[in-house]
Amino acid sequence: MPAVPPKPAAEPLDPLRWGPTFPEAARGTLDDAQLRTNLRRATRTIRDKRLAVTAELPDWEALRDAGAAIKADAMDRLPELLEQLEANVTAHGGTVHWARDAAEANRIVTGLVRAAGAREVVKVKSMATQEIGLNEHLEAEGITAHETDLAELIVQLAGDRPSHILVPAIHRNRDEIRDVFRSQMPGVPDRLTNEPAALAMAAREHLRALFLRADVAISGANLAIAETGTVAVVESEGNGRMCLTLPRTLVTVMGIEKVLPTFRDLEVFLQLLPRSSTGERMNPYTTTWTGVTPGDGPQEFHLVLLDNGRTRALADDVGRQALHCIRCSACLNVCPVYERTGGHAYGSVYPGPIGAILTPQLLGLDDADAATASLPFASTLCGACYDACPVKIDIPTALVHLRDRALHDGGPRRPTAAGAAMGAAAVVLSSGRRFRWALRGAALAGRLLGGRRVRRLPWPGSLWTASRDLPALPARSFRGAWAARVARVSRATRDTPAAPDGRDPRSGERSPGTDGRGRP
Amino acid sequence: MRIALFTTCLVDGLFPHAAAATVRLLERLGHEVVVPPGQACCGQMHVNSGYPGQAEPVVRNHVRAFWPVVEGEWDAVVAPSGSCVGSTRHQQARVARQAGDERLAVAAERVAARTYELSELLVDVLGVTDVGAWFPHTVTYHPTCHSLRLLRVGERPTRLLEQVGGLRLVDLPDADQCCGFGGTFALKNSDTSAAMVADKADAVLASGADVVTAGDWSCLMNIDGALSRRGAGTRAVHLAEILAATRDDPWRPPGTRRATARSAS
Amino acid sequence: MSAREDVLGAVRAALGRGPRGGRADAVGAGDVPRGYRVATDTASGSVAACDLLEHRLLDYRARVTRCRPEEVAATVVRELAGAASVAVPHGLPEAWADAVRATGATVRDDVPGRPLAAAELDRTDAVVTGCRVAVADTGTIVLDAGPGQGRRVLTLVPDRHVCVVRSDQVVGSVPEAVRLLEAHPERPLTWISGPSATSDIELVRVEGVHGPRDLRVVLVGP
Repeated sequence: MPAVPPKPAAEPLDPLRWGPTFPEAARGTLDDAQLRTNLRRATRTIRDKRLAVTAELPDWEALRDAGAAIKADAMDRLPELLEQLEANVTAHGGTVHWARDAAEANRIVTGLVRAAGAREVVKVKSMATQEIGLNEHLEAEGITAHETDLAELIVQLAGDRPSHILVPAIHRNRDEIRDVFRSQMPGVPDRLTNEPAALAMAAREHLRALFLRADVAISGANLAIAETGTVAVVESEGNGRMCLTLPRTLVTVMGIEKVLPTFRDLEVFLQLLPRSSTGERMNPYTTTWTGVTPGDGPQEFHLVLLDNGRTRALADDVGRQALHCIRCSACLNVCPVYERTGGHAYGSVYPGPIGAILTPQLLGLDDADAATASLPFASTLCGACYDACPVKIDIPTALVHLRDRALHDGGPRRPTAAGAAMGAAAVVLSSGRRFRWALRGAALAGRLLGGRRVRRLPWPGSLWTASRDLPALPARSFRGAWAARVARVSRATRDTPAAPDGRDPRSGERSPGTDGRGRP
Repeated sequence: MRIALFTTCLVDGLFPHAAAATVRLLERLGHEVVVPPGQACCGQMHVNSGYPGQAEPVVRNHVRAFWPVVEGEWDAVVAPSGSCVGSTRHQQARVARQAGDERLAVAAERVAARTYELSELLVDVLGVTDVGAWFPHTVTYHPTCHSLRLLRVGERPTRLLEQVGGLRLVDLPDADQCCGFGGTFALKNSDTSAAMVADKADAVLASGADVVTAGDWSCLMNIDGALSRRGAGTRAVHLAEILAATRDDPWRPPGTRRATARSAS
Repeated sequence: MSAREDVLGAVRAALGRGPRGGRADAVGAGDVPRGYRVATDTASGSVAACDLLEHRLLDYRARVTRCRPEEVAATVVRELAGAASVAVPHGLPEAWADAVRATGATVRDDVPGRPLAAAELDRTDAVVTGCRVAVADTGTIVLDAGPGQGRRVLTLVPDRHVCVVRSDQVVGSVPEAVRLLEAHPERPLTWISGPSATSDIELVRVEGVHGPRDLRVVLVGP
């Protein structure tokens, strides 16, 4: 039976940020031809589906505007909304817990599972529980956590880390998944084929027994309504319904930013999320529940409200919008960087453009390690993410802002070559005269090269020339040529004195025939 | 109209033929072109690299150099770059505010409100799509990310290209995909950047064009560099250079004229 | 300090408020532009709404049968063909349950005080329910555990779900449905759009993983 090595190979210490810097990690994934083929096919498929179903709605932009405004309003009123949510969940028979960080959330959940007398739990796919490393923590405490989402199951059985928010096993193709099931899933038929339908059925058989015997389920939440205490999970497979319905006890771990003010807000997010996420008009199943319903579903409900760095992000009024994220992953699917590197290069449960602005903020940038500080730079600022985002998070602006913070937060840093170069460039580029002198230097180099293209430079220029030629340097800058033309015209018309090469800005600036009025 | 040319630092130093072509084109259309000598750079490189503090004097210089457009001395400012125009509209005021200079921020907004990317100026302000150009080549158009998503220039460039005599416009596969330049991204994440530009070069070659054009020499520099490395015959030509070319004064590769001074006249 | 006080304090501090700082306008909706459509071109309860709902459901590969009000019981029986055992929720119209019983299938009644166990449902082939509302635009059926809809587990464990939707329950849009449902937000809601599905393997859609693999909608009138 073929062994399937985990991806990435090393077990992370912190699911929120592990591994080397983005460029280093990307080097590995860029070389993985299989990974790139899987990613390319998958992101393109889902991108096209999303475009088709969002184009269908004439009011798509109005929905995005509403979604963005609801989220901004919720952040503004977060203390009141959280208290209101707590009061309404409690009034309907649920219990609300608060967790400052991952360790506290893990302790709370472990205590609840123990109190229920359970040694195993079934889990609905949840970013919040991944972020805090709940499965690993439970395992260390002697409790087995079974992931029940098909992709999460694949990732768990393979010993992988998820590489996508929505489709965590997007980095695996059907052959790899078949091999993972054959080697890791008990009782799987020997003749299991690589057909997605056959693989899904194998997972169904494997999981149904677990659902029927589990006493405790753990979920995340897509949103929670302050005004009613209602919590919602949006899903496709029905594993969520199984977990949210069958066990006696339900524990939901939710980031504090997921709260929405009113029940009516559902009508916005139940349109934005499925279309942006799986590219469907509606996902197969959405479940909402409010506390405990006697005789229907879990008779014990605990809601764990998690901070874990969210208040740190909230304090940044540019970066705060990362908290508006509804985890649809549209930004991943349109990101040209993600498409090449895959999710593992971001070294976090939150990959892609949103991860590049969320992870550094959750962790803080005051004394960020190089790996975390490299994330905001993992983008060309092409803006495709901003266009795709259903709640209009301006990711490019946040990225640029966080680059500044990554370089400058926490006081003066050790001087770097890049910083010195930027300082020198600022001096040159803040004066037309200084820039002119700099251009003369470039033109001199151009004349020396005589129109030849440079194909190899020493570091750091080699970072460019490793894959691209430099342009042929011109023998004269534009302003050099322009000044010469102005001088020539002046000589010909004799209405202004001949100017040496652009020395006098008044005479150097106009095309022939201007009246020569000076700049105020 | 009297139009001030915002050359942009990259074009001024490395691609002077694009600025010269912009002048030639606008003068041919009967406009007067002014080149404010105090200009240098919009500040985008500093902002995007995480040094907005250092961008502040750069922005100040830019606003000072182009302030006459607010006072009515010129009718508009034009740049042969979507990216730099995008920076004036979306970054400069923010840089000024971050530096605590509200006056500069407002001034930057006022200058930016009169600053146009070339295709915007031609189609929206000057109201022309047929500029009388002649360019007998098969051309594909790469809609650079900032023109596409920051400025939303939309169909303007292709509408201009469709009117060019002798020109055959062919579709670029995956046109809306970034070429991987991204300023310092090309250096900081050079491997990813290389993978992206390799795909873009593939797409350009698959289009069957012998010229790839765009409104920005930064992206074109990236694509052209990759094409040149492969020894491909397809080359990059800026939109301004195509629109400036005529039957009487056809496009020639830069450097084949005796001096760039001639191309400015 | 408790975690609760710490987290709420940190939120207030991040928003630049004092430790107990509140907002006078905190209760009630903020200033949110709601320029999106509530009603669509498809009028609720119309033939067009039913046609659109059918189209959407077929797109999800659900089965749809249209019938007149007097044909419901017979249609339900036809859609249950082959099911040896059928679960029936509390409050389902007697005539439908009787018709099923008459076919010789085992009918398992879920009644208050004598709920069906999950293991029993796992051995049950099908379930018949009504619904609270259906959304034409998205092909969605919403159950709110009201009469004839059953506890959530009923429509989850058996492999075939036959759901009866009356034309007057079909609304055009998601907002119209939410505005009906907001009368009872505390009821557990199940929004169903086609049979269970996954796209987790190479984004290939596969119907039927955990929930009912077979969704059959009986669309009644007009």
